[in-house]
Amino acid sequence: MKRRDFVQYAGMGAGALMMPSLLMGSEIPVEALLDPGMDVVLKKRMADVALNTAKSLGASYADARIGRYLNQFVFTREDKVQNVVNTESFGIGIRVIANGTWGFASTNDVSEKGITKATNQAVAIAKANSKIQKVPVTLAPVASHGEVSWKTPITKDFKEVPVSEKVDLLLSANAAALDNGANYVNSGLFMVNEQKYFASTEGSYIDQDVHRIWPTFGVTAIDRASGKFKSRQALSAPMGMGYEYMDGLASEKLKGPAGLNLYRRSYDMVEDATLAAKQAKEMLSAKSVEAGKYDLVLEPNHLGLTIHESVGHPLELDRVLGYEANYAGTSFATLDKWESKDFKYGSDIVNLVADKVQPGSLGAVGYDDEGVKTKEWDLVRNGVLTNYQAIRDQVHMIGQNESHGCCYAQSWNDVQFQRMPNVSLEAGKEKYSIDDMIKDVEKGIYIAGRGSYSIDQQRYNFQFGGTVFYEIKDGEIVGMLDDVAYQSNTQEFWNSCTKICDESDYRMFGSFFDGKGQPPQVSAVSHGSATTRFNNINVINTGRTI
Amino acid sequence: MAIYTKEEARKIMEKALSFSTADACEINISGSESGNIRYARNTVSTAGHRSNQTLVVQSNFGKKSGTATIDEFDDASLKKVVARAEELAKLSPENPEFMEPLGPQTYDESVTFSEATANITPEFRAEVASSSIEPAVANDTTAAGFFNDSSGFSAMLNSNGLFAYNKTTNSDFTVTMRSNDGTGSGWVTRDYNDISKFDAAEASKVAIDKAVLSRAAKAIEPGKYTVILEPAASVGLLGNMAGAFNARTADEGRSFMSKEGGGTKLGEKIVDERVNVWSDPQNTEVPTATWNGAGQPLKQMKWIENGVVKNLAYSRFWAKEKGVDAVPFPSNFIMQGGDASLEDLIKGTKKGILVTRLWYIRTVDPQTLLYTGLTRDGTFYIENGKIKHPVKNFRFNESPIIMLNNLEALGKQVRIDGNLIPYMKIRDFTFTSLSDAV
Repeated sequence: MKRRDFVQYAGMGAGALMMPSLLMGSEIPVEALLDPGMDVVLKKRMADVALNTAKSLGASYADARIGRYLNQFVFTREDKVQNVVNTESFGIGIRVIANGTWGFASTNDVSEKGITKATNQAVAIAKANSKIQKVPVTLAPVASHGEVSWKTPITKDFKEVPVSEKVDLLLSANAAALDNGANYVNSGLFMVNEQKYFASTEGSYIDQDVHRIWPTFGVTAIDRASGKFKSRQALSAPMGMGYEYMDGLASEKLKGPAGLNLYRRSYDMVEDATLAAKQAKEMLSAKSVEAGKYDLVLEPNHLGLTIHESVGHPLELDRVLGYEANYAGTSFATLDKWESKDFKYGSDIVNLVADKVQPGSLGAVGYDDEGVKTKEWDLVRNGVLTNYQAIRDQVHMIGQNESHGCCYAQSWNDVQFQRMPNVSLEAGKEKYSIDDMIKDVEKGIYIAGRGSYSIDQQRYNFQFGGTVFYEIKDGEIVGMLDDVAYQSNTQEFWNSCTKICDESDYRMFGSFFDGKGQPPQVSAVSHGSATTRFNNINVINTGRTI
Repeated sequence: MAIYTKEEARKIMEKALSFSTADACEINISGSESGNIRYARNTVSTAGHRSNQTLVVQSNFGKKSGTATIDEFDDASLKKVVARAEELAKLSPENPEFMEPLGPQTYDESVTFSEATANITPEFRAEVASSSIEPAVANDTTAAGFFNDSSGFSAMLNSNGLFAYNKTTNSDFTVTMRSNDGTGSGWVTRDYNDISKFDAAEASKVAIDKAVLSRAAKAIEPGKYTVILEPAASVGLLGNMAGAFNARTADEGRSFMSKEGGGTKLGEKIVDERVNVWSDPQNTEVPTATWNGAGQPLKQMKWIENGVVKNLAYSRFWAKEKGVDAVPFPSNFIMQGGDASLEDLIKGTKKGILVTRLWYIRTVDPQTLLYTGLTRDGTFYIENGKIKHPVKNFRFNESPIIMLNNLEALGKQVRIDGNLIPYMKIRDFTFTSLSDAV
């Protein structure tokens, strides 16, 4: 399925844009999701076939990833189920270093014969490309972990929840939206289980079981007379959790400004759809913003995308070094700025942390896709740029000898490379609530949820919209706004950060289909923050008359 | 993987269909082989080869459908996949929008396959990379590029007697050249069904020249400017506009094509009368298959004629609801151009900006088709018919509808991403801020 077809089909807009056809895998009956898959003893034997073959062919390093990727997607609109898709993809990817050069090959023939053939291809590619390789690959050392395993700590496996229960939940949310004035509603549930086995010539055999979930919807209200239409997207976040995320626990809910319902680690889809319909209708007559400078109070499910684009991507070391120059681009955060040890990325209260371990996050795994144990590390401390995101073959280029553990491939069929870990803004140390962010703002806008986003190829200039906008006047929310987008420069923006809520408001935003590389691969990543204020930001009016 | 002939594909699908016990059954079979090479920092970074073959069965009982897929085509596998699809169909909820599979259709011959492309070797791909890297080094620039080629076939057969077959080849090339002082960047893209039309050295030179020319860009104030958009700059906005030609969302009132008070803009003039847009699967420059995934024949179709909306796309379900003929979505996009070369357009411009490409384009307002994004890899100030100097990149906020109403002149057409798009001169294009990005 082409990307555009998928988006038209799912009717959910930008959130689904990076859905690759590959991830669709092969369709299987729902019960087949519960098959245990290949036994770990056999996986080890098959992985050893790859490692031993590679060594016998002269490879100095090899790793093998046996992956079984299970997906279930449910799509509905109004009172109809559009589709229920169950897919499975199974195979092995083999990566080697021969003559100091990488080679990679993959196959879905996970037999001795298939693996031997693919390993030969990987070594042959490495040797062929070594003729034009200028600098041999250098790997940072990694611990030998022996035989270990890791699982996303879930309490409800989506594969054990009947499809009818999922369909009922989506149709209930749709009905709630229609009952509250929506003209149209599309909803969907994306559920992913990566069962991946990693083995390398460094002596690690790692079995991992990773779960992710993303419930989402788009509610549309129409005013036929004026021809105007407005959509309000879900305020859910994709999470590294099981189906328990759909429980809608009261203990995980927060009341936001203007009656907003905000969610931590449990989502109430029916409640959100109810409010979405009311807000979509309200948007039809909301006041059009007056362009100018505003103090922005940004809710975590909005700020996460700004963090993703303006901090996550520019601090990927492969971008900084030029490996992504032809596609996503390079970075303003060049090595000389980092080497100076005083590059002010943000104001003194800005602390940005990378991690692959936060419970419930999309990035959380025990080990990355090259067998490095995951951890947390600083990117920006007290406003100063302190580090990047790097993996085994690049971290030596910044004088470090330990990978950060953020190597990832979207499937067994793709080669692993550096991908963004969770990148989060630490909550403020002083005790501040959301009201504290708003009460001393004279002229401002409160923005919740993700919207339109665009940033240049070196990550200087960006423009962001949002899901809902509220005008702040003299410390009070006074009403809904429309046609809002803010434009800024990454460094100026983060240096205008003046106040951050405390830990009690910390929540996660997530991106389920973040794209990078050629051919492109997706990955899933979370960004935590608490509600944060940025002073004096340029807001434009996006309304047009045609 | 073999590229199956029409007869081989038909034989496998007929075998699968013979196992069907459903009310209706549709079989699709496809296979492809692709190879790629990626380079950066003037050296090769990764290279890969992929092959895929898949057979998809969709079985229906009444309005219930189930789909199953398999990549092995022996009798036992075919029997298994049909049984799985039927089992899934029985368990599925009814789809109220289900449409019976089409009966036999007549298709035009397609011109999408090139033997030369199907025969590309790893050595050819390495040569493509070298043709970029060597001149990059010689010109004090750094190359980062990607070349991908593929060949494949697809075919379908259903229980109502429809049979369709197509084989196709494709190749795509992009390279970014950055000047080694970090102040200039150039880019080029090429795509062809027939690789013999591709010249990697010629394309790489375009990117190198832009990188060298764009060094040390000057900042000028954002605002409304006359622009000359290269086809790579306008294709993204035009492609997004094409997405609005969906009758259903227009009828539902949630599209740019919806009209105040109800109805659609079909038959209304929405852009300058010199704008003509059509699709044509048999255009030899941008050929596509002559049928789509639903088995519908694809023919030449007008979308905008003299600025007027001529057709909207109707899915089979929506056409039935509305009592009209189905109109398949286009498989390519051809916009009428003129005789002027890029040089002619520049020569005729008193003050303006030449834009190589637009990047990171995202919807701002679906109501007005307003998009934002940035210029990238070569943006130049034109004065009195000449390129005067490079300028810093801009962010734009613009609608393709407003853009095509502000049309000044059309130039020659160029193939871009499988479409034919002319150079365009546009007045009052809206740049809203400056970017420091190179």
